[in-house]
Amino acid sequence: MKFLAARRRSPLVASALLIGALATVGGGYAVIAAVQPAQAAITVGSETQVEAGRQLYLEGCSSCHGLEAQGTQSGPTLIGVGAAAVDFQVSSGRMPLAAPGAQAPAVAATYNEEQVAALAAYIGSLAPGPAIPTAEQYDYANADAAIGGELFRINCSQCHQAAGQGGALTQGKYAPNLMAAEPREIYMAMLTGPQSMPVFSDAQLDTESKQHIIKYVMTLQESSNPGGLSLGRLGPVTEGVFLVTAVFAALIAAAVWIGIKSR
Amino acid sequence: MTTTSPVEKAGGATAQYVDKRIGSNKFLSRNLGKVFPDHWSFMLGEIALYSFIVVLLTGVFLTLWFKPSMVEVVYDGSYVPLQGIKMSEAYASALDISFDVRGGMLLRQMHHWAALIFVAAMAVHMFRVFFTGAFRKPREFNWLIGVGLTTLGLLAGFSGYSLPDDLLSGTGLQIARGIMQAAPIVGTWAAFLLFGGEFPGTDFISRLYSVHILLIPGLILGLVTAHLMLVWTQKHTQFPGPGRTNDNVVGYPLLPVYMAKAGGFFFIVFGIIALVGGLVTINPIWIFGPFTPDQVSAGSQPDWYIGFLDGALRMMPNWESSFWGITISWNIIIPAMILPGLMFTALGLYPFLESWLTGDKREHNLLDRPRNAPVRTGIGVMAITFYALLWVGGANDIIATAFDLSINSIIWFLRVSIFILPPIAFVVTKRICLGLQRRDRDKLLHGYESGRVLRLPHGEFIEVHQPLSAKDLAVITAKTDVAPLPAPEKADADGVRNKHYRIGTLRHRLSTAFFGDNVARPTDAEIEAGQHHAEHDAALEAPLHEYEDADQISPGRGGALHHPGMAETNAEQMDERSQH
Repeated sequence: MKFLAARRRSPLVASALLIGALATVGGGYAVIAAVQPAQAAITVGSETQVEAGRQLYLEGCSSCHGLEAQGTQSGPTLIGVGAAAVDFQVSSGRMPLAAPGAQAPAVAATYNEEQVAALAAYIGSLAPGPAIPTAEQYDYANADAAIGGELFRINCSQCHQAAGQGGALTQGKYAPNLMAAEPREIYMAMLTGPQSMPVFSDAQLDTESKQHIIKYVMTLQESSNPGGLSLGRLGPVTEGVFLVTAVFAALIAAAVWIGIKSR
Repeated sequence: MTTTSPVEKAGGATAQYVDKRIGSNKFLSRNLGKVFPDHWSFMLGEIALYSFIVVLLTGVFLTLWFKPSMVEVVYDGSYVPLQGIKMSEAYASALDISFDVRGGMLLRQMHHWAALIFVAAMAVHMFRVFFTGAFRKPREFNWLIGVGLTTLGLLAGFSGYSLPDDLLSGTGLQIARGIMQAAPIVGTWAAFLLFGGEFPGTDFISRLYSVHILLIPGLILGLVTAHLMLVWTQKHTQFPGPGRTNDNVVGYPLLPVYMAKAGGFFFIVFGIIALVGGLVTINPIWIFGPFTPDQVSAGSQPDWYIGFLDGALRMMPNWESSFWGITISWNIIIPAMILPGLMFTALGLYPFLESWLTGDKREHNLLDRPRNAPVRTGIGVMAITFYALLWVGGANDIIATAFDLSINSIIWFLRVSIFILPPIAFVVTKRICLGLQRRDRDKLLHGYESGRVLRLPHGEFIEVHQPLSAKDLAVITAKTDVAPLPAPEKADADGVRNKHYRIGTLRHRLSTAFFGDNVARPTDAEIEAGQHHAEHDAALEAPLHEYEDADQISPGRGGALHHPGMAETNAEQMDERSQH
């Protein structure tokens, strides 16, 4: 202690203290900043899972997305897309892409649940990105369908149509029909913005709003049709087709029937 | 001596009572026996009339609950997914009609279906009138009234579609306002005037309401009355047939036949509308949600009768030009103003145009068979093809998702085919008509082909031709040949220049195009010879009828005739012989 006590009035002390303080704050920040994304990635999965995912990735995905997931001319980079994007694309069968086209269609999934989790863990470990939502996040039990409806009409219906029946986009792309979509799927789609869909991050639609929207889509899926036969809930086009086929067939058949009676 | 039942007595007394006061007997006795010709296609206009009556009846019901107000309210009705949402009173009351008024959903849906049927029935009725030439003199004005009614039908429908203030109707109104604004110079002023300010404003629903429930239905009722009165005084046209001429009407009297038929048909139409209204959803406004200008739904379409306009808008390339600070939006003006203007003008003027270019000033009470006016029929099919392509354009996004197509490919297909397919439809239709005319001529000259091939004793095979029935003969021979207008002389014998030479040449060319390819009707002598020949053919076949009359053809005798009581088999035959 003598050593310190003897030199505490030295002119160098102030500078040494300043350097020490700066080093502590700066270094501490650097450590925390470095640790945070690592935490997000680590929550996705264990080391072995990441390694298994990497193997699957190299076999099934790297030809388009690149050996280091850096992207190639035939596929975008996957660094930073997050585990949720992988889960959404692969578990819905959209990836691996069956054939080049305007848009990846949802078909039967190629990978099982365990493999999807491994792939997601690997991509999630590359860089921070949206993590797979927990069951709590997409639990819509306490959500409000009316608020969800309004949010749906503002954010979703211009592409997915007011009744969630899907709609056409340019050049053969389309917004899919939501009538078979599951809450988890809907949540991840909003979170990651697959294909032509914009990302609805938590800054745009917080978790609660997403739950309202999920509730509204579920309401649409489950609701009966108070007006009778729904005609696909597609509006005036199918109504018109029904009119000129079924209704006019009946009316003209009646006219012909009455006309025949006179002969 | 006649006996009078108490019912007849009471009826007679009532009729007397009324007649003494308003002089109804003379009117009724003159009109109740009026004869109308009969054909199923003459009932298409009736569908329009009856569906309009249903529209009126259900519309009155809806006015009892609908509130044409843009005041903002918070919905608290029984449709859960909208509870607590702010909306206009108009939309809230339309929801209430659907969910909280007893029978409201049924009547709202019946009203909408009946409105769609009303416009569609007018269109189909118009097809019938067009293709049979029923618009010709003296019925040109009634055609014009019909065109007016169709236009009013579109306006009535669109104003009703826009009233509930749901997301779909607001989107439609926004497009209508956009079209209005595209009118050069006056557009913006007109839009502000009609909407009472910025879109959507607070005035428009109530303004549209009085147009929808008072102005347009009043005009339609007036025109329908005029339309029917003209049919009454001019008498209905009829198809050619035995005993039917241009100067008579063959059919049944109004009372009792048509009273019963028309009355019955009214209830059938009413019944079908009620059935469809009760079983099939139309315009589910609760799914679309309330209108706000910042929202829109994919697959927003107008009702079918406005679909052609929407299609034209979707197909039009994005052309704009600017002069002295004024933007001319050709991408809206051409498809949404010029095109419908031309379409309806052409529709209205067609009867006058045809009579001018054919020089036909005769009265026509006998209908044309469509094949006998190939150019007119071709023009009609061409117009329908054109309209149908516009229609496809209006549904392009639904078609794209339903059939996995690219919306851009559909649009480019339509942009090209709108110019190519209608002319092809014209040529094909005209050729089909001329083919049918040749077939008619063939029938007159040779009788009709019975489909039975006969081998004559000397080995020749012939197909038996049979003479036409009196009805077929009357229908086919009703065709009259009209010579095209002659080419005008450039100058008369004295060398005076013909002032109408150019226009005369044009009319000569057009009428040659109209009539020139027609297959000439054979002369009466040729027809008689042809029918006689067919009789001769049929006579050759006469021995065969013995086979037809025979009980059966015996298998054991090489096809020999078998009559009742004759032996069936060889064994029986031997038996028969041994007995003799």
